[in-house]
Amino acid sequence: MTAVTRETGAAFAFVERNFNLSRRYWGWELAFLVYAIAGALAISFIGAEQGDQRLTFSLVIGAIFWNYLSTVFSFIAETIAWERWEGTLEYTMMAPVRRASQLLGSTSYALLYGLVHTTVILVVLTLFFELDLSQANFVTAAGIMAIGSFSIVGIGIMAAILPLLYVERGAQMTFVIQSCLLVVSGVYYSVEVLPEWMQVLARLSPATYILDGVRRGLLDGATLADVWYDIWPLAIMGAVLIPSGLWLFGRAERYAKRTGKLKRVG
Amino acid sequence: MSVAVTHEPKTSLVVPAPVGEPAPLPLALRPLAGPPALLLEDVSKRFVLGRKKKPVVAIERVSLRVERGQIYGVLGANGSGKSTLIRLVSTLLTLDRGRAEIFGHDVEREEMAVKRLINRVSVDAAFFKKLSPYENLAFAARLYGLDPAIARRETARILERLGIGERRMGQPIEQMSRGMQQKVAIARALLTSPTLLLLDEPTTGLDPRSKLDVQAFVEELRATHDATIVLTTHDMAEADRLCDRIAILDGGRVVAEDTPAGLKARVAREHGLAPTLDNVFLAYTGRSLDEDVDEDDQEKNG
Ligand SMILES: Nc1ncnc2c1ncn2[C@@H]1O[C@H](COP(=O)(O)OP(=O)(O)O)[C@@H](O)[C@H]1O
Ligand SMILES: [Mg+2]
Repeated sequence: MTAVTRETGAAFAFVERNFNLSRRYWGWELAFLVYAIAGALAISFIGAEQGDQRLTFSLVIGAIFWNYLSTVFSFIAETIAWERWEGTLEYTMMAPVRRASQLLGSTSYALLYGLVHTTVILVVLTLFFELDLSQANFVTAAGIMAIGSFSIVGIGIMAAILPLLYVERGAQMTFVIQSCLLVVSGVYYSVEVLPEWMQVLARLSPATYILDGVRRGLLDGATLADVWYDIWPLAIMGAVLIPSGLWLFGRAERYAKRTGKLKRVG
Repeated sequence: MSVAVTHEPKTSLVVPAPVGEPAPLPLALRPLAGPPALLLEDVSKRFVLGRKKKPVVAIERVSLRVERGQIYGVLGANGSGKSTLIRLVSTLLTLDRGRAEIFGHDVEREEMAVKRLINRVSVDAAFFKKLSPYENLAFAARLYGLDPAIARRETARILERLGIGERRMGQPIEQMSRGMQQKVAIARALLTSPTLLLLDEPTTGLDPRSKLDVQAFVEELRATHDATIVLTTHDMAEADRLCDRIAILDGGRVVAEDTPAGLKARVAREHGLAPTLDNVFLAYTGRSLDEDVDEDDQEKNG
């Protein structure tokens, strides 16, 4: 067996396992879905109350795409915390698998999961709100999402390190990252309303470019060429964040093995 | 290191030798060719908890050598460093000092090669609780590059042998008793055909019946397969029954090491005590096995 087939097989192990987990925890998944739908609806009704079509559409887009980004992010960020909670972390870490393959597998499933999850929300929201899609350029939205996913994956991998470093608080810290991204990235409002210093942070967040690009595509019918100024920052961030995420993960793993943070009891 | 590769035993722990082949030689007559299954030289590991506290010495300058085919026992009270020793060998902890090799592969420099040769069973049967035994083992199989269909058949076979029927294999593992879960854990380890199997207190906390089952299975492995096993325990009878050699661990140090018979003879000769492992333990550690080693004791060592 070649190294490539072996590592692909190992990556698939994580996809299959996570699929099985989603299946077995279906009650939980359903609850999470209802929670996400309710949250998206609550925000979108703000637009309805204002009687502003464009605002409603803009909020719906924010709700849907933030759902995608946060689902993918937290799924990746929780890979370590989840296994620590189940007690399987040591077994996964001692398997003859490259960390990159493990993360590739977890990430692929996260993207798939995020897509399915978000599609359901999309369907529900379109039933509630009459959205004018005559202008919408779906190619732009899809293209921005595809490119933007790389940077979200990179940040997710970095966040996944936290539970390796901080046994008890690591998982909570990933929530903090997620909520900070939400505030600065202009998910429900334009980043121009933010104080100056927060606008600097906004420019560093990939979510800002993703939301902007998607909105321009769906609301104004912008083409991919029109949103080039969103694409190149996303491409650079993806190219930087994924390799650095993997590198940092390796460092964190070594640190955990030196200090006994993987597991103590037993 | 590359020469060592030719010595890697390729035989699986679970697949019996084909009929018609000569029976394996008794252990004592087997040629001791190739590197030892496990070699530790002067290994130490400490843990620092909190900023001000002094480090806890978990393993202190341990050297030992496990030959291929042996069942090697590590006997020690709670907190004596058994699990730390196993984790150092399983690449789950890095060594502070010293060297560890598995079939000639250095655990730090050739981590991937080492990972392919070993597997481990810990006290707690660590599974995805909601997944079935099949799903848990399919995950392990894929991680180790096994064909899932073959893995499924093997799993059924091993578990059948351990008294777990096909019927239980599809239900969430959390519905099984501790004893059954531990058997599934052993099946998971065997599935990957490790040439060095690390059993960290595999029978602790099991009901007497399951305990005997697991012990009998370990004996069976020795009788029928080319297995090297490192087994930690704080059960004297278990060590006596299963192990070819025993190292007694106390406060992270190896305080005695020999065959069970050798240890017993020595305690009779040197201390004038009845030749039992209990007396061996008492003589070399100054305590009975039920006392836990507390961390203050270890700080004095460190
Ligand atoms: N990951 C860890 N972090 C901090 N201390 C640890 C860790 N693992 C073990 N220890 C300490 O090292 C000592 C040996 O523990 P351990 O190897 O688990 O012993 P045993 O398995 O024989 O009960 C104990 O004092 C324990 O508290
Ligand atoms: Mg232990």
